[in-house]
Amino acid sequence: MTALTLTNISKSFGQVEVLKNISLTVEPGEFVVFVGPSGCGKSTLLRLIAGLEDASSGEVQIDGNPVNNLPPAKRGIAMVFQSYALYPHLTVRGNMALGLKQAGKPKAEIDDRIAKASGMLAMQDLLDRRPAELSGGQRQRVAIGRAIVREPKLFLFDEPLSNLDAALRMATRIEIARLHRTLGASMIYVTHDQTEAMTLADKIVVLNDGLVEQVGTPMQLYNDPANKFVAGFLGAPSMNFVPGKQVGFPDVHVLGIRPEHLRITQNGRISGQVIYVENLGGDTNVMVETVDELQVIVRLFGQHDIASDTKIQLDFDDIHGFHFDADGNRIRN
Amino acid sequence: MSKARRNPVNMIAAHAILITYTLIALFPVFVILINSFKNRKSIFREPLALPDADSFSLVGYQTVLKQGDFFLYFQNSMIVTVVSLFLVLLFGAMAAFALAEYRFKGNTLMGLYLALGIMIPIRIGTVAILEMMVQTGLVNTLWALILVYTAQGLPLAVFILSEFMRQVSDDLKDAGRIDGLSEYTIFFRLVLPLVRPAMATVAVFNMIPIWNDLWFPLILAPAEESKTLTLGSQVFIGQFVTDWNAVLSALSMAILPVMILYVIFSRQLIRGITSGAVK
Ligand SMILES: Nc1ncnc2c1ncn2[C@@H]1O[C@H](COP(=O)(O)OP(=O)(O)O)[C@@H](O)[C@H]1O
Ligand SMILES: [Mg+2]
Repeated sequence: MTALTLTNISKSFGQVEVLKNISLTVEPGEFVVFVGPSGCGKSTLLRLIAGLEDASSGEVQIDGNPVNNLPPAKRGIAMVFQSYALYPHLTVRGNMALGLKQAGKPKAEIDDRIAKASGMLAMQDLLDRRPAELSGGQRQRVAIGRAIVREPKLFLFDEPLSNLDAALRMATRIEIARLHRTLGASMIYVTHDQTEAMTLADKIVVLNDGLVEQVGTPMQLYNDPANKFVAGFLGAPSMNFVPGKQVGFPDVHVLGIRPEHLRITQNGRISGQVIYVENLGGDTNVMVETVDELQVIVRLFGQHDIASDTKIQLDFDDIHGFHFDADGNRIRN
Repeated sequence: MSKARRNPVNMIAAHAILITYTLIALFPVFVILINSFKNRKSIFREPLALPDADSFSLVGYQTVLKQGDFFLYFQNSMIVTVVSLFLVLLFGAMAAFALAEYRFKGNTLMGLYLALGIMIPIRIGTVAILEMMVQTGLVNTLWALILVYTAQGLPLAVFILSEFMRQVSDDLKDAGRIDGLSEYTIFFRLVLPLVRPAMATVAVFNMIPIWNDLWFPLILAPAEESKTLTLGSQVFIGQFVTDWNAVLSALSMAILPVMILYVIFSRQLIRGITSGAVK
């Protein structure tokens, strides 16, 4: 039995179609990440699964049961929001208990679940504070705790790390991954950040403009993107695109090449001028403007001493090139 | 404000302006209060002098308390004001929540319609209102006043409150829905506490015109048993003679409850007016 099945889901706000005929499944225990640029409909899809929006058409099944007509509280889900959305007038304990009280659970069981969840998240000391007395990271932990105590069949996260600073984001990301292992629950995680997607996901669903572009494991998508959008979206720095005829492939509309597969040589197919160098210590990103005023990025391992404005030549091995047609679809051969 | 940004000249100027304004605003109240404790002759001879052994007199208060059923008027005013405010806040907040929270056909139109009342003074409809009240048998009851004041206060209440409710985080309400709270619980337990400053603002803006109104009590409820304080005080103002002691005493007493309500709301009020300006 699947944890979640979406069948031909569409959603319109007035005239605007935000989600277009989306079908997908989430297996039990799977960590699925919805990733895509801002405004592509990720949150809408998640809210639709939660029951906070109604689908214009299509069916949502959770744990094998159609839930289109069930209110959010009865769907067996829990959701963590980007803005934490803690109840400001309740303590941390009250925040975690509210949903369970509402469901009529006995007090002993509520206390039990809160103790377990707060132990898991190392926040026993925070239980009697109010949200206003917590830092951003602590608030997000409480929000996650509030989701855990519900013991849902399906966790929904909507960009839970976007409001945290970089260090905290990394720590919380690891904590979420650990939670997923401990709880073994099915989770759907929405983000626009491809790093979060690549590091957390068992399966990534790439959305663009209300459509599913591709579904697969992080490495499948990285190594074998179905189209130009997926190729360009995953990977940092992102893939370089050059017209095929400039690099010796007259039949190919656009050729994509990852920054790490470009190398600086004496005599390459791409020539240009260095406009900026990013020294990251571990590797070096070199931004090059080609003679046709295209920008490409070369990623070199280790530290390199390259001055801006130097003229350089770049080349790559043909097996590393991704070929795309005029519609952006991958040409495989 | 940080110490570094505090400039003594500016501080003094700002305080001078504020103090001047306070004095101007409080002066009439002060004059009414001191004169209410003086006998009639001293009121006219030296209206600005404080009451002293010679001029001190409680005759005004005695007249007020003896003549007419002052406590009944007081009670009527209190009931009308408090019940009207309660209804304005309750229905105003509920309508505002619906407008701010739910997408439905004609939402904007409904909002405009409800706001129309801000621009059209309700007194234009006095004749029609009076006819309605006569037909429903509500003349000379407090309900006539309560209904009119509720109608009068709702437009601004809906307008202000819906603006504030739009700012309440959607995620918070959604979190409540996922936790199984009903829409009513979300409204009363999550949203209302967060718009409390706005509610206080609406309450204060509505309270004073209701408490002071003479027009509708005179037209809709002039009977002895439904007279409000403002209307009741008019008996002391005659065409030929006016009992100034009694008028001033009645006014002094009428200020009190408004002051008390104002103090209750004022802490919230200041936050309501300035919220959004500084985050
Ligand atoms: N309640 C709504 N009414 C109208 N349009 C909406 C509503 N919610 C979202 N949208 C539109 O749907 C699109 C997708 O929004 P959203 O799902 O929030 O995107 P994402 O989470 O991927 O950034 C956006 O263009 C947004 O303007
Ligand atoms: Mg979003």
